[in-house]
Amino acid sequence: MDLPTAETLLGSPQGEWRTVLGVRGERAFRRRLLELGFVAGTRVRVVGVAPLGDPLKLEIRHGNLSLRKAEAAGIEVGP
Amino acid sequence: MSGAENRVLVGLPRRGPPVQDRPRRVVVLGPPNTGKTSLFNRLAGTNLRVGNYPGVTVEGTSARIDLPHVGPIDLVDLPGTYSLSGRSGEERIAVDALLGRNGHALPDAVLVLCDATHLEHNLYLALQVLELSVPTLVVLNMADEATRQGVDIDLAALSERLGAPVVAVSARTGQGVDDLLPRAAGLLRAAERAAPPIAYPPAVIEAADSLDLPHRALALWALLSVEAGSEEETEDPALAARVEAARAGFDGEEDIDAAIVGARYGFIDRDLMPCVVRSRSGGRSLTDRIDAVLVHPAWGFLLFLVIMTVLFQGLFSWSDPAIGVVESLIGALADGTRAVLPDGIVEDFVADGLIAGVGSVLVFLPQILLLFLLIGLMEDSGYMARIAFLMDRIMKSVGLHGRAFVPMLSGFACAVPAVLATRTMERRRDRFLTMMVVPLTLCSARLPVYTLLIAALYPAGDQGNVPVQGLLLAGMYVFSIAVALVAAAVLGRTVLKGRNEPLLLELPPYRLPRLNTVWRMMWDRTRIFLTEAGTVILACTIILWALLAFPRMSEERAEALGPQEAAAVSLQESYGGRLGQAIEPAIAPLGFDWKIGVGLIGAFAAREVFVATMGVVYGVGGDVDETSTTLREKIRAEAHADGRPVYTPLVGFSLMVFFALACQCMSTLAAVKRETRSYRWPVFLFVYMTALAWLCSFAIYQGGRAMGLG
Repeated sequence: MDLPTAETLLGSPQGEWRTVLGVRGERAFRRRLLELGFVAGTRVRVVGVAPLGDPLKLEIRHGNLSLRKAEAAGIEVGP
Repeated sequence: MSGAENRVLVGLPRRGPPVQDRPRRVVVLGPPNTGKTSLFNRLAGTNLRVGNYPGVTVEGTSARIDLPHVGPIDLVDLPGTYSLSGRSGEERIAVDALLGRNGHALPDAVLVLCDATHLEHNLYLALQVLELSVPTLVVLNMADEATRQGVDIDLAALSERLGAPVVAVSARTGQGVDDLLPRAAGLLRAAERAAPPIAYPPAVIEAADSLDLPHRALALWALLSVEAGSEEETEDPALAARVEAARAGFDGEEDIDAAIVGARYGFIDRDLMPCVVRSRSGGRSLTDRIDAVLVHPAWGFLLFLVIMTVLFQGLFSWSDPAIGVVESLIGALADGTRAVLPDGIVEDFVADGLIAGVGSVLVFLPQILLLFLLIGLMEDSGYMARIAFLMDRIMKSVGLHGRAFVPMLSGFACAVPAVLATRTMERRRDRFLTMMVVPLTLCSARLPVYTLLIAALYPAGDQGNVPVQGLLLAGMYVFSIAVALVAAAVLGRTVLKGRNEPLLLELPPYRLPRLNTVWRMMWDRTRIFLTEAGTVILACTIILWALLAFPRMSEERAEALGPQEAAAVSLQESYGGRLGQAIEPAIAPLGFDWKIGVGLIGAFAAREVFVATMGVVYGVGGDVDETSTTLREKIRAEAHADGRPVYTPLVGFSLMVFFALACQCMSTLAAVKRETRSYRWPVFLFVYMTALAWLCSFAIYQGGRAMGLG
């Protein structure tokens, strides 16, 4: 498995805005996330975690979306 | 699929000259959670029809509406989808319907929905549709809510930049809805229009043009969606090869998927979003404040447990009085009929076949209405999405959707409303997987059977401080939960194997539920259950009645035997009784004799009927219940020809496990047939559950005997 070269959404502190740099992963999965709006340059932040520790609650494009941690780990973000 | 159907992709057919006698076709498309169903129901009014999409067992609704000055139009509701590129069943239906492929007629116009409060996200699908150059009306739903949230949309500017008419409506209040169909009718005469000016990088254009398709939008769609060597061979292999070559030869800064999707979002962000002004941004919205409580690690879970307890209690006990009323009304009707009709076959048919059959359908109504009242409230308020959020961790471990929690829980009351409740899941695979395991949950109809067997065969009270009877019942619950979860994990990896899709859970803002939306849902589900599943259940009840009532015993013989003996002998000699005897070799290895076999056949009407059937078989009469001491004693005393008792604790346990696992319920099968819209799935359900039940009971009985038990 590749070592993460950039910060991912999984590692970003709760409540802090980040900018999407890219999405890694299998093609269909990646296309799904891209089409949901996780394209380079989009602002996103983690706003919460489900009580059982997974999934995450995100804010992106003025809406709330939930993604599993495994998926959030594939989204590279920058400041 | 044959190549012929796919030719359509290669040459996008033009709409022919107007044919006035043909109903025009208008399709309605939109992402999930945009209020598409509400809008469609409003547009369709009383003309709503339910049917399958061409070639697939996925259900959709349509309506034929007569528009003044236009004539008849067919309004078709397509599955909710975020994009056209994916390969799920729902997305494929949407693409086929838009492009007129695989049995769908080419649409004359498209209404594409967006949630006006989430345009940053929702305009993506609209752009994909607009690129296809089909006459399209962009419908911004929930306009009233957008206004309340301080979202100000410049419709004229948005329309100009998209190159298509844009209207704002509210399906909840009806605002703007009346104008929609006349606007759509205007589209039917519209000339083709230009696609929105999305600035794709030159490398993308080059790759698209290299596919040599007549329409660039189709080429872009193919670049994103067509995969060589994909499991579904629905696309032209030659095209797949060209796509593969174009993707391999793509020379851009990023990969081609990110380049195409990024260009579209770039257009949304740079060109479209300036038309949308959010005057109140920042600060915590009401939804965030509610979420702080409802998905809070401690409070959120506590409230969730309270809400689920209410739901379960409601199904399990509060609906009892209403079920009692239905049962006593049906009983009174049957008695009244007996009083009016002369004794004989007609009387028996009407009272025990027809009226009892209608009763066995109506008896589900209280639970269905109550469950859909609660589901409607949770769905419309936005809480259902939070249930999925809270339960995803647990449910995904066995491959189920987080939303499957409510149907699974309902299954402990009754599998029939639970099967209908799988509708709250969008993906076909999630729905079907849930339907295949819900009947394994220990429904309340199994309880009378367990009560009878446990009371008859196991010691009451504490045995050396071990409450055997209570532990057995609790153990059956644990067993049924465990089997249901394991079955979900196994079926989800085999028969219903799905792609590893990311969780795509939108957490919509909380809204006050609308009574008319909730009522509509309750009524729709109930009506469909009565007219479609209900007729199957009625027919099965009558067939089952005939099996157990024929051939009829002569009056002289019945009188000679006395009423209870006559009933027992008549049942034994009936076709059903003979069937019970015929299957004895199959069930003997499980420890069951032919009398239990007759009981199993009778239990098909509903599991609790087993008790009454055994009452008749043992000459106690059919009006016994599980608390009858006479019946318990008969069961304890029942012996084989060689004097061995029929019912040992081991046989009782084997029988309880059989009841836990076997799909002994025609109503569940009828509901699954209705919801999957095919015979394949109920047959599969019946076969796999019966096989599982047989194997487990076999292992228990034979294993127990080998260990010297019973």
